[in-house]
Amino acid sequence: MAFVLGLAGCAQPGAPLYMWETFPRQQYAYLLREGISPDQQIQEIETHAEKARAANARLPPGLRAHLGMLYLSVGNPGRAMELWNAEKVAFPEATPYMDQLLKRLGQPKADPAKEPAA
Amino acid sequence: MKRAALLGPLLASLLLCACVTKPPKDYSLFQRAHPATILVLPPINESPDVKATPAVWSSMTRPLAEAGYYVVPVTLADETFKQNGVTTSYDAQQIAADKLRQFFGADAALYVTVREYGSSYRVVISEAAVQVIAKLVDLRDGALLWEGTARASSAEQQQQSQGGVIGLLVQALVTQIVGSTTDAAYNYAGIANARLIGGPGGVLYGPRSPRAGQPPAQPR
Repeated sequence: MAFVLGLAGCAQPGAPLYMWETFPRQQYAYLLREGISPDQQIQEIETHAEKARAANARLPPGLRAHLGMLYLSVGNPGRAMELWNAEKVAFPEATPYMDQLLKRLGQPKADPAKEPAA
Repeated sequence: MKRAALLGPLLASLLLCACVTKPPKDYSLFQRAHPATILVLPPINESPDVKATPAVWSSMTRPLAEAGYYVVPVTLADETFKQNGVTTSYDAQQIAADKLRQFFGADAALYVTVREYGSSYRVVISEAAVQVIAKLVDLRDGALLWEGTARASSAEQQQQSQGGVIGLLVQALVTQIVGSTTDAAYNYAGIANARLIGGPGGVLYGPRSPRAGQPPAQPR
């Protein structure tokens, strides 16, 4: 099993490194702040993640972090923490920034639902 | 077997010919800096369309990530800037390099300006076009690692596919309708960014790419 995963991890030159689906569009919608529903985005991204797992494809940088922020905005800081840690595991380069966000999330007395992302 | 031996050098020379149209960029600083994490700052918008910044910003992650870099998540960066009182792209692009490096853990930052974004309606041809320019700056020492510019336009296909004035008038109507209902320029932002980053003269492949360190000879 580990061997198979190892093989799948080697990207073919020219083949996409990540499975993108609608992720760029979702980020666009978020940045526009035009009637996005966090619950709907969460559902769409969870479906995307499921599809990537089934296809043994990689999720793009930032997807887990973005999903974590959406969970935070609907009042689920526990899931946000999990996902920001998952971003670090998938991309160790994310560690400094994710740690900043996790540190703020862990601060006592702050209401995490009112502090999306930072 | 013999045929393959003959074809090999021929194909190789054809491939080489395709690459020598422009003088090669100097990638030596870029190669030495070896950045792994890139922070894309919110693009400065010089167009009249307020959607330019979100469109160009959100579609920059894909070409950079496919080139082998870790890209700081743009939606979270947007929240971080806002919560620190940085509300315009111009202000974000003025932040000191060491602060950006400390907070986001990025090796380099991409400073983008949108020169052109949106649709212009004329009688014969309606065009949705996006033009971007960008600079990649090393956040550790402020060195300019790379710069580039790219444009994408709906007129590229129109000019090729339409014949005669009637055809052009129909096309103008169609593109106006499409442009006004589905945010047509958004798609051209994606194309312009892909050309900017992954086209000839684009950024070097980053550490997460199997072609790490190589310049982009072919479009990705």
